Order: sequence, then C-alpha cells, then structure tokens
Amino acid sequence: MNFNLTKTQELFRQMIREFADKEVKPLAAEVDEQERFPQETVEKMAKLGLFGIPLEKEYGGAGGDNLMYTIAVEELSRACATTGVILSAHTSLCLSPIAQFGTEEQKRKYLPKLASGEWLGAFGLTEPNAGTDASAQQTTAVLEDEEWVLNGSKIFITNGGKAHVYVIIAMTDKSLGNKGISAFIVEAGTPGFEIGKKELKMGIRGSATTELIFTNCRIPKGNLLGKVGNGFAIAMKTLDGGRIGIAAQALGIAQGAMDETVKYTKERKQFGKAIGKFQNTQFQMADLQTKVQAARLLVRSAAFKKDQGVPYSADAAMAKLFAAETAMEVTTKAVQFHGGYGYTREYPVERMMRDAKITEIYEGTSEVQRMVIAANLYK
Amino acid sequence: MNKTDFKNVYVFAEQREGVIQPVALELIGKANDLAKELGEKVVAVLAGYKMDALAQTLIEYGADEVIKIDHPNLEHYLTEQYAQAIDQVIKHFRPSIVLFGATTIGRDLAPRLSARMSTGLTADCTKLEISENKELMMTRPAFGGNLMATIMCTEHRPQMSTVRPGVMQKLTPDSSRKGVITPFEVQFDESKFKVKLVEIVKEDKGKIDISEAKILVSGGRGVGCKENFENLRQLAAQLGAEVSASRAVVDSGIMPHDRQVGQTGKTVRPNLYLALGISGAIQHLAGMEESDFIVAINKDKFAPIFQVADVGIVGDVNKIVPLLTQRLEGMMKK
Amino acid sequence: MEIVVCIKQVPDTTEIKINPVTGTLIRDGVPSIMNPDDKGGLEMALRMKDEYGAHVTVITMGPPQADLVLREALAMGADDAILLTDRKFAGADTLATSNALAGALRTLKWDLIITGRQAIDGDTAQVGPQIAEHLGIPQISYVANLARKSENEFLVKKETEEGYQMLEVSAPCLLTVLASANKARYMSVPGIVDAYNKEVQLWSAAMIDVDETKLGLKGSPTKVLKAFAKGMKQAGQVYEVEPEEAVGLIISKLQEKFII
Repeated sequence: MNFNLTKTQELFRQMIREFADKEVKPLAAEVDEQERFPQETVEKMAKLGLFGIPLEKEYGGAGGDNLMYTIAVEELSRACATTGVILSAHTSLCLSPIAQFGTEEQKRKYLPKLASGEWLGAFGLTEPNAGTDASAQQTTAVLEDEEWVLNGSKIFITNGGKAHVYVIIAMTDKSLGNKGISAFIVEAGTPGFEIGKKELKMGIRGSATTELIFTNCRIPKGNLLGKVGNGFAIAMKTLDGGRIGIAAQALGIAQGAMDETVKYTKERKQFGKAIGKFQNTQFQMADLQTKVQAARLLVRSAAFKKDQGVPYSADAAMAKLFAAETAMEVTTKAVQFHGGYGYTREYPVERMMRDAKITEIYEGTSEVQRMVIAANLYK
Repeated sequence: MNKTDFKNVYVFAEQREGVIQPVALELIGKANDLAKELGEKVVAVLAGYKMDALAQTLIEYGADEVIKIDHPNLEHYLTEQYAQAIDQVIKHFRPSIVLFGATTIGRDLAPRLSARMSTGLTADCTKLEISENKELMMTRPAFGGNLMATIMCTEHRPQMSTVRPGVMQKLTPDSSRKGVITPFEVQFDESKFKVKLVEIVKEDKGKIDISEAKILVSGGRGVGCKENFENLRQLAAQLGAEVSASRAVVDSGIMPHDRQVGQTGKTVRPNLYLALGISGAIQHLAGMEESDFIVAINKDKFAPIFQVADVGIVGDVNKIVPLLTQRLEGMMKK
Repeated sequence: MEIVVCIKQVPDTTEIKINPVTGTLIRDGVPSIMNPDDKGGLEMALRMKDEYGAHVTVITMGPPQADLVLREALAMGADDAILLTDRKFAGADTLATSNALAGALRTLKWDLIITGRQAIDGDTAQVGPQIAEHLGIPQISYVANLARKSENEFLVKKETEEGYQMLEVSAPCLLTVLASANKARYMSVPGIVDAYNKEVQLWSAAMIDVDETKLGLKGSPTKVLKAFAKGMKQAGQVYEVEPEEAVGLIISKLQEKFII
C-alpha cells in the first residue's frame, strides 16, 4: 500500500496549485461579490486540458486519472469554490456518464469537445418535487416519430446556461417507477429547451445555477444515453462519481480556510503575542487539520478505487459526508479565529464559510450520504 | 602564470553617448582605496567614439591613467566590439584587478571577457577589500539577498568583478589632479561582428509595478488629502521610488487600487519602505513586513507600524516629508 | 529550427527565511522551482515551436533531483531533455558551469541557444555570455522579445536602463532572456501525463566535449572564502524628535544602508 502520489500526480499537483494561486485566487472575491461566472478562468482551464483530465486520449482526453481530477478540484476550490464546482459538474456529471454509458457514436460526437473545453457540460436530475427522492421525476420523455419529446423542468442545475451539453434524466414510463426513468443528451439551443431563472445563492455565487425548462423539446432518438429504463441507475452511478468531486471541493475549501487561518493567527497579535501562539488556538487548529487530512485520505481512497475499477459507492458517500462536514466546521471556526475581521469581506474566510454550506447539500445531502453508507452496511 | 606580472587596478569607464556613467566614477573612487593598499595605480579604460573631454573627467575623479580607445566601432555598445577592445587592453597591460559596473553593459561584457581570458568573475559586488596576501576579496549578496558571500580569485589574473551601482563612493572631483592619457589602438576582427544595432529607443519607463519597486514611498490616512500626496510624489522622484498606499487611501479614491499594499492589495518587499502616516493595521503589515528596511513616520507613538519599522519617527509626515525632499534635492545637486 | 534551452533548478528564494536565533538560512521546506528567467526563455522557445515548428531541447546541470525541472519543461512542451549530472561537475563556479554546458552543447545541433538572464539563487547573469564565448557565437543579453525575420535571421529586443534596443542577429546565436519577456505557460495536463513516459538523457562528464580540468571545483577560478547571513533584523528604534532632526536621522540611516 502506498499513500504517496505518483510522480505524475505530484507534477500535476504542482501545476494546478500554481494555476489556482495565480489565476483563480485573485478573482475569487470579485466572482463572489458580483455573482459572476468566471468565463476567463474557464477558457484558461480549457487550454490546459483540465476539462478532460480522466478521459482516455482516444477521445481527446488528457489520459489522466480520477485521483488527478480530485486534486484539481481540491486545489481550485482551495482558491475559489465556484471554480471548483464548474470543473466538478462538468467532469463528473456530464463527461463521465457519456464516457461510461455513451455509444461509440455519442462518445465520438461529444467527448472531444467536452474534453477540450469547447463545450461545457451539465447534468439535470433535480426537480422542484424530486430532490432527495430522485425517483419522483415529473419531466417526461416520449418517443414520437423517431424523436424523443421532453417536457418538464429541472432546477438548481450547475453550469446551467453556460453548458452546451446536458445529461437530462426524465421519466419514459411512469408505471415502471425507477425502472421507467431514462437518460438523454440534450444540446443547448435545441428548440423547446430554455434556461429559466438563475438562482441567487448564499455561496458559490459565481457558479451558474439555473432552471432548465423543456417544452415539447425534440431531440434525436440517438440522444438516449444508455438503455431505456436505465436512467435511474445511470443517475445514481453518476452521482457516486460526482460525490468524489464535491468531496474534493469541500476538502479544498477546508484547506483554504486552514491556510488563511494559519497565516492570520501568525500575524494577528493580542495581549502582546500572536494568537497562533496561544495553546487554545494551537489545539483547535491541530484538531481541524487532522480532520482535513482524514478527509483528504477518504477522498483519495474513493478516487483510487474508482481508478481501480472496484466498487466505491460507499467510499464516495463517506468522503463527501466527512469532507463536507469538515469544511463547514473548519470554515466556521476560521471565521471565529479571524474575529471581527473574519466577518468582513476583507478576508476570504467569510466567503469560504458561505461556500462550504452547499457541499453538505448538493449531489446528495449529508443525510443521503448516511443513507448510502448505512445501506451498504445493512445490505 | 606569475602574479607579479599583473599590476594596477583597472576600471571599465562605462559611457553612454558621451556621458560617463555614475558607477564608473564610483568604481574609480573604490579603486583608489584598493590601489593604495596594493601600492598600485588606478587606470580607467575609456572606450567609445569622439569622447573629447571625458578622459579628463576620469582623472578629476581619481584615475591616475586613462587608456583611451577611440574608434567608430565603439560608438554604441555592442558585445563583440567592446570585448575585443577591452580584451586587447587587458592582454597588453596585464592589470591585477578589473572592475565593471553591474549595468546591462557591464554584466554583458564582463562575463564574455572572463570566458575569453579564462579568469574568474564575481558579479554584483557590494564590498571590495584587499586581503593580507594582497588578494581581492569580493563580497556579494546571494539567495535573493538572504546570504552574503565573500569570493576570491587567487590563481587567475586579472581578478574581475562587477559592482552594483550606487554602492561605492565617488571621490570629490578635483581639477588639479594630474593623470596620463594613453591612446590605445585596437586591432578589430570585424568578421566576428555578428550583431547589428537597428535602433535605440529611450522610453520613460514610467511607473513600475509596486511589487517590483526597489524603493516605495507609501502613504496612509495620516497623509490626509490628495494634495498632500503630491509631497510623497516629490519625495519619490528624489529617491527614484514608486508611490504606494494603504487601503484607507485607496478606498477613499486618492490612489488607484494597483498601488495598494496589503492583504487585499499587493505584497511588496522593496529595499526601502517608507511608511508615511500609516498606522500599520495587520492587513497592511502582511503586505510589507518583509521589506529590507522600513522607515515609519506616524503621529501616534503606539502605532503598530513601529513594531516592524527599523527606524520610527514620531511626528507629522506633512512637515517631515517636504523637509526630507528638500534635503535630498540639495544633496543631489552637490 | 533547433533550439536548446539551458535551465536551472533553484530554491525559491522568496521562500527562504532566516533563523532568528542562529541567523542562518532555513532551507528546509523551501520548494525547488525552475528559475524564472529560464522559464521565460523556455516559453520564448516554445512560442517559436508553436509558430515555426522548432524542435526544443532542454538541458540542465545539477544533481539527479534536477530531473524534476526537466519533466516540468517536457510537460510545458519541450521535445527532449538532458541532465548533466556527475560528481565532476560539483563545486563549479560560473566559468566551470559554462564550460560544462558548452561541452554538452558542442555535441548537439542548434540554431539558437537560450538561457535565462540570471538565476535567482546566484543572480550572476554570467553563465549565458560565458557559454556564448566558449562556443564562439554572438550573444544578446536582457532579451525581452524575439521575432524571426527569415529562416535564420532574428530581430531581438534587448532591455536597457534607458529603454530598449532592437538588434539583428543571424543563427547561430545565444540569447539570455528575462522572465518578464512573456508569461510562461503552465504545464498542460496531457503534457504532464506524458512527461514521465519520455526519456531524460543522463550525461556524465565523459560524454561531453570539454577538457575535464575545466570542470567542477578544480575548473573554477573563483572560490567562496566565506558565506554569512546578512545582518539580522533588529528591533527598530523609535525617535521622538523635531522634524529637522528627524530628517537628518533618516538620511544618515539611508546612507548607512547604501540606499542613497
């Protein structure tokens, strides 16, 4: 057993950290403040091949692995959680399911452009009445004249309006319950497909989170992803992968808040000495960093299992549950250590605390993660 | 090699368009100290074209002899032309020490020569001394200025170094000083002239990024209004410095954001940071405390800026700064 | 067009701290990086590759760990990499270093040799011009831009104190490049994935074209007599004096520090 990154992964970590520090971090506050999608960063990321990290070269990917992908999300989120989730939603929720479940034709058509970043990807599962209970899908897809006709709406869709390719989950036969759900690939600009309202959020405010509205939206028959009735399984497997990405995002936020707090508590003096010299600070910080490192090991072990092709569903759920709750705890305490300054936008921990909250909610709430972990225990 | 064959301290008297560069005069000043200890002469090597009275200036500043190479090939500095000229001077006269200014010219020419003569060269010295054995001891900063190293070149001659401008002291010019001017003919091998000068462009380099400035004159709330910042600009002009500011000043619109030092601004580490009317809030200190030398002026003697300052003055910046500018102006004129 | 870029692995000197008790350098935990000016030079070469299809070889002299900067260069887009590593190179000053690199360059083909202007650990700016002299080719230092006029003619922008110069030169020649000449690209992800699949050639002193007496410590005319930390920062003094006196005080402190 080896806990070290490979030389390739280490070289990658060096690059992505530098990229995050120099290109991403300087924009983080502005992107948050203005609720602005960091298009220029997305373009820079595309040039470096970051939108196809774990994809085979054959389909235009970089030929890296999922561990490298989690390192990317972690390091980007350490600087800016908005940027982290753009990559995570694209890679885990769109590129991966098409790579895993797509036909050869679909893979040839979509993957190279997704990997190059020319097209950004998104995923639509959640509906106003189908959140944690994903099986309650009300969006329908009916086959008519060799075309699928979609009707309904999706909400809280990350990269909504910015993406070109959407993996959409819809009900094809309500009588079959979960087995009546199918997955589709929908391109932006298809008649009948509109972007609805943009959410105003507490955190990750630069990421585009929108509603997707389908009104008699007709897509080619060939845009069915996987088999009819496999949609629920595809969605669940996709979310397993996605959870590793969000876990990595939470980990990055937590580490970012730790770094900021170490720096601040070294500089800030009260009662004649740096507050980092007080044992209360040191003990709390030691506990927090231990949790962050534990989260990192969970994230990496889940990614490692995915790379090895062994089941990782429970590992991904544990990684997400623990990393998300760690991020919330670390960022809350980071604000506390910063005192009054921490509550202002002068310091980034205020943003990080707001950003951390979503990691306990999206791609399966912490409660859902516990359900997955427990189901694995009691199967 | 017999070391006793090599004598005298030579200075490459860098001139640009007929103007002797200050560093050349500083080097002549230092060469006087070294030559005295060695019991040798100070020789300036002046290369250029139609340089009229420059040789006399070098003598007034302390050169015992000026070797003058006047040739159209040397009108503008080009590496190979100058390398041939100085190489022939060194081979002919055999100096024990040759000093160059650490300018874009000196740092281009000296290494080329050191390789041509297979002798040592020490870059960017800040201190030159003679050892008990009459060897040159060259001290220079390394590791980004974190470390000083003293370097010697005992088995090769000449001993060569480039020296940072502004470090050595020039002598007071004295028109009664006597010296010899020795014209020197260079045999140029023009087949080796491969680089052609197309254009020389002078530009007002304007404002440098504050994170790259060597000296920063930085103002805070204590400076007050926009008009008072003019005082800072005048001081900066005297020091060749850039003007930066604290967040309070930037937020109030007196200075643009790219001039802000601190947590939400830029991190700077200049050689000199003048903190004027800056109290030293923690987010400001985070951006500047790595500066090499910090001088702070503030009315409040308990201001935290004094904890990081090397020199702290309790007083009114708006009184002290104009006075300081005046005094510096006076010094420059001299 | 064949371009060889000489690069160096250096400690990130901005991360070096002084031990406040002993006054010595703390080098532990200081990351090793590709020297910034060298990176600017590599970027210049890679842009020639992007535009004209140049073949770019990177070469470094250093301990086996210097492999890392070569991998970085490969991941940025260099085609080949050579590591000069041999105990015989150890203890080299700039002249001995330039002799080793020139010895290696004699066995390679090139139209352009690019080095950084200077390395941040030594700041000497000497190795580039010394290599050019050993190889008998022209040099242009402080290069801020490179444009190709024809197959083997170049227009080079050289920074000076007053502004810049435009210079014309034909291949072969050597350029020493400023980090500020361009913004170096990041390693690409596919480049990183491939970097360790490529071979870094290991060359010893016996494999290069140079007299061994010119290498390493014995080939170095300069010797370090002593190295010491710059005076430690003392707790500053605060003066409550009249403006006139304050001005005199500041000026004398600045003179003491050679700032004015």
